[in-house]
Amino acid sequence: MSAGYHIVVCGGIVPDPLQTLEPVQGPAGWGLKNELMLPAILDPWAGHALFEAANLAKNVPGSKVWLVSMGPKAKLQQVMMTIAQKVPFELVVLDGPASGFADAHETGAALAEAIAAIPGLDTSRLLVFGGWQSASRGAGATMQVIGEKLGIFEQFQGVDKLEILADGALRVLERVEGGSYQDSVVSGAPAVFGWATGELPEPPNNPQVGMQNMRLVMPALQKAKPVKLEKGPEYSGVQIPSQKRETRVVKDAPVDQIAKEIVDWLSA
Amino acid sequence: MDKILFVAQTECDGSLSKASLEALTAAKTLAEQLGAPLAVGLVGEAVQAAADSLAGCGAEAVYGVSGPDFAQPRYATDAAALAALFGATGAGIVIGAATPRMSRVLPGAAARVGGVSDTSVTALAASGGKPVVTRWYYRQRMYAELTRKERPWFVSVSSGCFAAYAGAAGSASVTAVSAEIPGGVRTQVTGMICPSAEEQTIRPDAALLFVAGAGWTKKQADGAAHAGEAEEIILSFLNKTQGSLGTSKSLVDLSGEGQQVLSFLSHMHQVGQTGSTPRHPKGLATCCHGEEPHVVGWRFIGERRAVNLDPNCGWAQGKADVLYVADAFEVMRKVLALLP
Repeated sequence: MSAGYHIVVCGGIVPDPLQTLEPVQGPAGWGLKNELMLPAILDPWAGHALFEAANLAKNVPGSKVWLVSMGPKAKLQQVMMTIAQKVPFELVVLDGPASGFADAHETGAALAEAIAAIPGLDTSRLLVFGGWQSASRGAGATMQVIGEKLGIFEQFQGVDKLEILADGALRVLERVEGGSYQDSVVSGAPAVFGWATGELPEPPNNPQVGMQNMRLVMPALQKAKPVKLEKGPEYSGVQIPSQKRETRVVKDAPVDQIAKEIVDWLSA
Repeated sequence: MDKILFVAQTECDGSLSKASLEALTAAKTLAEQLGAPLAVGLVGEAVQAAADSLAGCGAEAVYGVSGPDFAQPRYATDAAALAALFGATGAGIVIGAATPRMSRVLPGAAARVGGVSDTSVTALAASGGKPVVTRWYYRQRMYAELTRKERPWFVSVSSGCFAAYAGAAGSASVTAVSAEIPGGVRTQVTGMICPSAEEQTIRPDAALLFVAGAGWTKKQADGAAHAGEAEEIILSFLNKTQGSLGTSKSLVDLSGEGQQVLSFLSHMHQVGQTGSTPRHPKGLATCCHGEEPHVVGWRFIGERRAVNLDPNCGWAQGKADVLYVADAFEVMRKVLALLP
């Protein structure tokens, strides 16, 4: 692929998983208590997708990476201050909800529309990356919807490895049952890849990359297209599981006794 | 009234997976509760054997998309097959199992036919004459009950939530459905990379989940770490019990950073906020520490016990049925000696 790939990474933002999350119902529907106050991060699996995209672009000359993200502008700006330090990309912003309770199909359709509108995007060279699930909705649906809306029918989910073969075909390893991988070869772009963990660690901060990205991040935030999602499920309730177990604490017991108790329990 | 369509892909031997049979129970039960007709749609190289195995399920019709193109689990052909099955039946609700193969394709097929989807639901029943599903959000931190007016509504059912259908087999009449594959077939599945029997440590159908925490790699009472011995103990235990192995994020991350940890661990073993939330009847956590984000990894485990040195550990207090405050190395050595 001498001309390189056009890699579009779809990545939403989610609350920092270390925060306490509590559902609340507001005028606009279900959300999280103090949602706008919670520190946000780029969705972890989308982050892996972004790092893999940047690595692929680095290794295939002529490639370019866009990050398409939908969320409240202020939260996106906060997250971009961190993510923009990691790898080069051009940001495309949709000013809309990042809530897990937003509908995956509406979200996917909005993202697909934004991707199709990217100036200069060559769909014959297009690879759409994203997380195979989000840490918010966790539906594992948005990437498939984006692919369908863009007319891309080569799709892969739970991807941990993508390799460019000598003939330009792409070898893909997808997670399947029992810790196994499905090994597939697709003839080339366009294709959709929902990434699991991938193989790359999080890149260190690079101030030069950060400065280069931030030149484009602020304008992208300023011209963010507002998106309103109006359909979606009718929630009859959202709850935190309240089940608390009565834990029997066994202290100062001889190891032999503990081991026997465990073995008896295992074989019961 | 909504027609309900149960969809499944056949296994290599032409049968249906346990997860698919569980989803059939969900679909059949919902159809009965709503008084709705049930249809079955099957995809595979050949579907007659699977159809015969469901002959007693009460479906008014069985449809099949079959042929060599549909043997391989890949998006292009599976999405075309599901869309064709929907087109043949005009179902309002389409239900399948949340297997990797079905999960890859079900939301996309829904989008293709102008529908919506909800995935990995853990409960599905009629309430007030409407279908209501339960699914989890924010990585199993909270759950919601929801319904939808939009149709078609595609739903995938998590495994372990319904009993597998076990009705009588018979002879089923299968209506063949042809599926158009837009863009043709550009993907070939070239194989499966599976751990060998000796290396197999992820077993979704195992009775036990064994969770190994970062404590296994920390310095022990003698001031040294014993990762090698930890590996031996854990693998021996898994071999003897045929349990499935899970681990916390910290331990997986340590292995990714090249530290000497447990060589057989990968991100696929990770349970919790950024890993899986497997379902097993029993779970034994060892040397695990952490709070809610990590503990969600064993939210769907039935009976839970833990071994660690901290009696106040958030992983165990209020989450486990029994917490043994003891050295996991000592306990597990003794457990191994007692196990047959």
